[in-house]
Amino acid sequence: MAITKTMASVIRQECIGTGIYSIWLEAKEIADHARAGQFVNLYCKDASRLLPRPISLCEINRDHGTIRLVYRVAGKGTEEFSHLHTDHQIEIMGPLGNGFTQQLNRAILIGGGIGIPPMLQLAKELTEQGADQVKAVLGYRDEVFLDKEFADICPVYYASEDGRHGVKGTVMDAIRSYALNGDMIYACGPTPMLKAVQAYALEHGITAQLSLEERMACGIGACLACVCSSKETDAHTHVHNKRVCKDGPVFFAEEVEWA
Amino acid sequence: MGVNTSVTIAGVNWKNPVTVASGTFGSGAEYSELIDLNELGAVTTKGVASVPWQGNPTPRIAETYGGMLNAVGLQNPGIDVFIKRDIPYLKQYDTKIIVNVCGKTVADYVDVVERLGDEAVDLLEINVSCPNVKEGGIAFGQDPDALYDITKAVKDVAKQPVIMKLSPNVTDIVEMAKAAEAAGADALSLINTITGMKIDVHKRTFALANKTGGLSGPAIKPVAVRMVYQAAKAVRIPIIGMGGIMTGEDAIEFIMAGATAVSVGTATFRDPLAAVRIVREMEAYMERYQVEDINELRGCVDRD
Repeated sequence: MAITKTMASVIRQECIGTGIYSIWLEAKEIADHARAGQFVNLYCKDASRLLPRPISLCEINRDHGTIRLVYRVAGKGTEEFSHLHTDHQIEIMGPLGNGFTQQLNRAILIGGGIGIPPMLQLAKELTEQGADQVKAVLGYRDEVFLDKEFADICPVYYASEDGRHGVKGTVMDAIRSYALNGDMIYACGPTPMLKAVQAYALEHGITAQLSLEERMACGIGACLACVCSSKETDAHTHVHNKRVCKDGPVFFAEEVEWA
Repeated sequence: MGVNTSVTIAGVNWKNPVTVASGTFGSGAEYSELIDLNELGAVTTKGVASVPWQGNPTPRIAETYGGMLNAVGLQNPGIDVFIKRDIPYLKQYDTKIIVNVCGKTVADYVDVVERLGDEAVDLLEINVSCPNVKEGGIAFGQDPDALYDITKAVKDVAKQPVIMKLSPNVTDIVEMAKAAEAAGADALSLINTITGMKIDVHKRTFALANKTGGLSGPAIKPVAVRMVYQAAKAVRIPIIGMGGIMTGEDAIEFIMAGATAVSVGTATFRDPLAAVRIVREMEAYMERYQVEDINELRGCVDRD
């Protein structure tokens, strides 16, 4: 695993939904080493904002040495990023974290809200490698994004809170109402969704991988800011606190204990 | 022009005056992929206690304007793992090793210091200033008598020189600096973080699970420079200055205030290469102003 800190050139950026941005960056070393489920740190130009923003990789184009990030404007840092244009530069570091452990059995990819983007690269890689029956279940509050990209790759099942797209309710409602089966669940989304996925997977004896989110500082496992409670003792402190940035962000469902 | 940046802290010679602030750098392993640890004057480790500590619930971190709050709560693997794993790791590098020691009781600190006695460690930094743990920590650093007592207890058993890390959360830093010196401290480091709070007005809740946290980063630098200046005037032992150092000129500012060496902490989160960059920037400053020896600059603002 080689982590690189570099100035990346913006290839293009577009707004793909309310407050949702898609940016392609030129970052060859990062693209070369990155895997689905990993993330990069983005550094603000404004020096009053010290901490990097961790953002998951939505697509990796190894041929072109480029990466795509899809993020929501959630504060002043992401607001700053949303103003970047073609040929602007941004300081980034990555790839960070462990990424998904890919298996070629029947896969259910579950994304909720801004947890949907990392599932796109995963869907691409799993289908390219010939995984059996890759299905995506995408949950939105209301407005959809990245739906067409997923539809080009695999069957997609939708859930939305207002019922305008697919099943009215959550991704779990969609899984139940379409009676979706699989051998491996890959999930990224808000904590209540991940808890529901974990409970469902354990109940049905399906292996699941959950991609967690936590407030981070360093992004490389040194500062111990972003821990999660884990069943097994962690490699660093030998307590039960795995580092989301370094040991994760992806954990097997049976590993995660919610504080 | 070749410049001399080597400094001596309590008889220990550093190749340059820059170390990393405890807790921002682990024991160096994570950062060694990005920077050459041989380029640092010293590595200061994350605080280590006699037994493993869980630390605080998350969120442990929040950004503020020009700074950040942390309430990690000294999560650490305890001295056994530390001696087995972290010291041998750091010994591979040509840099001095400063072990930051934390505890809940005087006996805890003494225990860790005794365990380190025969280890290849250059300096001990005693953390009596962590604002994020309920017992111990800052309680020893806010009362001059308690600070005197713990300094003395540690000095009685320590085989390595002892640096007492002082808290800024006191009325009079001079009184604290003098108490540590009187009890036999070999050096001081300051400042630790300033206790702060952030409220998320959208969620109507504290940004940190611990409610309060320690403020660090450039927002606190003027407070740190002032306290280093006051402490340096009051004691004869050397001072490692820290608090919001982002650049070589920031580091020079601390030297001019009276520090012998400096620590780079929060800057590393913004730029993992910050500590090494700051060494280079200090050299560039010295060349620009034709300063042959960094030690010439120490406390220079007060010289007539």
